[in-house]
Amino acid sequence: MAVMTMRDALNLALKEELARDPSVFLMGEEVAEYQGAYKVTRGLLEEFGPKRVIDTPITELGFAGLGVGAAMAGLRPIIEFMTFNFSILATDQIINSAAKMLYMSGGQYKIPIVFRGPGGSAYQVSSQHSQAIESWYAYFPGLKVVMPSTPADAKGLLKSAIRDDDPVIFIEQERMYGMKDEVPEDEDFIIPLGVADVKRDGMDVTIVARSLMVPTALKAAEQLEKEGISCEVIDPRTIRPLDINTIVESVRKTNRAVVAEESHPFASVGAEISVQITEQAFDYLDAPVKRVSGADAPMPYAKNLEQLAIPDVAKIVAAVKEVAYL
Amino acid sequence: MGNQPREQPDQSKRASGSAASVLDLPESGNQASTQRSGQFNEDRETLVELLRQMVLIRRFEEKCAESYSLGKIGGFCHLYIGQEAVGVGAISALREDDYVLTSYREHGQAIAKGISPDAVMAELYGKAGGCSRGKGGSMHLFDNRINFMGGHAIVGGQIPLATGVAFAAKYQETDRVTLCFFGEAAVNQGAFHESLNMAQLWKLPCIYLCENNMYGMGTSLERAMSLQNVAQKSCAYEVASEFVDGMDVLKMRQATQRAVKRAREESLPTLLEARTYRYMGHSMSDPGNYRTRAEIEKYQERDPIKLFISTLKTNGVIGDDDIAQIEATVKEDVERSVRFAEDSPLPDEKELYTDIYANPL
Repeated sequence: MAVMTMRDALNLALKEELARDPSVFLMGEEVAEYQGAYKVTRGLLEEFGPKRVIDTPITELGFAGLGVGAAMAGLRPIIEFMTFNFSILATDQIINSAAKMLYMSGGQYKIPIVFRGPGGSAYQVSSQHSQAIESWYAYFPGLKVVMPSTPADAKGLLKSAIRDDDPVIFIEQERMYGMKDEVPEDEDFIIPLGVADVKRDGMDVTIVARSLMVPTALKAAEQLEKEGISCEVIDPRTIRPLDINTIVESVRKTNRAVVAEESHPFASVGAEISVQITEQAFDYLDAPVKRVSGADAPMPYAKNLEQLAIPDVAKIVAAVKEVAYL
Repeated sequence: MGNQPREQPDQSKRASGSAASVLDLPESGNQASTQRSGQFNEDRETLVELLRQMVLIRRFEEKCAESYSLGKIGGFCHLYIGQEAVGVGAISALREDDYVLTSYREHGQAIAKGISPDAVMAELYGKAGGCSRGKGGSMHLFDNRINFMGGHAIVGGQIPLATGVAFAAKYQETDRVTLCFFGEAAVNQGAFHESLNMAQLWKLPCIYLCENNMYGMGTSLERAMSLQNVAQKSCAYEVASEFVDGMDVLKMRQATQRAVKRAREESLPTLLEARTYRYMGHSMSDPGNYRTRAEIEKYQERDPIKLFISTLKTNGVIGDDDIAQIEATVKEDVERSVRFAEDSPLPDEKELYTDIYANPL
């Protein structure tokens, strides 16, 4: 184990997988000579050379599609979006090509590709650079969607994503790159996709949280503990496929659920998790499932408004108290 | 650009933008211009095979139209009739392990690359014996054994994909070439421009073959494109380009051979613009009210099959007996494909949920 940032854990995963498999290559804007806009790809050009670590023009649709084509021909591309905001330009290739190729070719062309980069809220960059769009990608059968919340998870999940034979959307939280924690240095350390993690055991209320909302929920749980409320915090880690069983099992024990997310509330992943809990554990619920979501508004620039737009510890605490009728 | 070969049509003739000049082909007259002298680069077997493929595709698609009208084929059905020389000529310049990606108007190219008419027809019928096991349909024909990498149905979507396939071929240090077909309407998509930029930047062995049939669905070229000379657009990316008479199968073959050589030996892209014409509507549901019968007939005078037959007969390569024999074997092939499609079972209901993930969790 070594203590490192989320950024360095991701860097280590990339380094290990590039070393492990010559068919893996990394492509994106500023990933090579600039060393990564967020320094996740630092040092990779020097170690693996320009054949495998490739700077692209600002041409998201183009290089996303190039990656999918390269995957059809047997490579394992890692396509970095400088942020997932820019992946919106590439959605035709992600959705219409990557997600559907295996199916519409009758199983002939698998697409082992990772689209990765930062997403979710950033710091005071207003509406176009600060948004959570995982529900878009999670909607489509054929895609897998991963959102790590710790450096160790980031490393283990990214390694799994690169080794996976399907297109994986891997969303790193922009505010969490500097978060430090213990990370296994073992090159064989991987975390399987599709497996949730219980980040904190508890008895009274289940909080389902992902990405930035995991540390937020853990802080809320600490605070609530002092008030005598025991929270179980579950991080699905993989949004699609969703490990709903672990969530439902927890709710059957606690009988109450709060779902926390940065996303806008409408048609969000939190909405999906809430309805699945209701479908599968209705008889166990002592209160309606409560969602804590980002504001149903574009992200504002002003600091006070931005703070209002993103769920925080106080909002999660209030939601837990609401489902506990306190 | 400078040192790269480039053949351009007469600019004064093609850049004026009036309907009449836009519709003019660079070659006039009813003879295919290639090899009137009888000195063919190809042996007789190859010439006959090119003709057989074009006739097969023509008759196959006439049968598709009939089956579609009978309700045997569903969804969209975009026919290639009139454009056969482009697909047949270009694909004949490839090696078997070269890659082909194309649009949704791809029945002919699939057959030319080597998918059996049986497997194509069964796919159109939505049957388990189809080349995409009934899950792709008319617009998504695939065969990974011969590197036919699909029919793609978002206009221009296959262009970045083909660029990536060419990238992989270079990365893997093979000398395989990627041939990408698209219509001229796709040239207005960003995907085309982004791809040509990357292909020249990274020296990728990809041939971008624009089949300019002059209509994007019901919108004519001059209503949709500010600069109507597609080949000329290559200069923005310093990509080599060539304008080809897409009604002449040998010209298509030879132009593609030059592009293949550039890709295989120099790892460089080429943009080919093939001027052609589709006789049918955009799809089977399109009555084609946006153009006149006279315009269609004008192009039918330069029908690629008629032209090639005329060239071959004039030069004594084939006679009427040979043509009759080709028609007879092709008729049999088409009828067999329909029988195969009719007899092929429907996909099992469990297939709804297969092939979504290669590694289901």
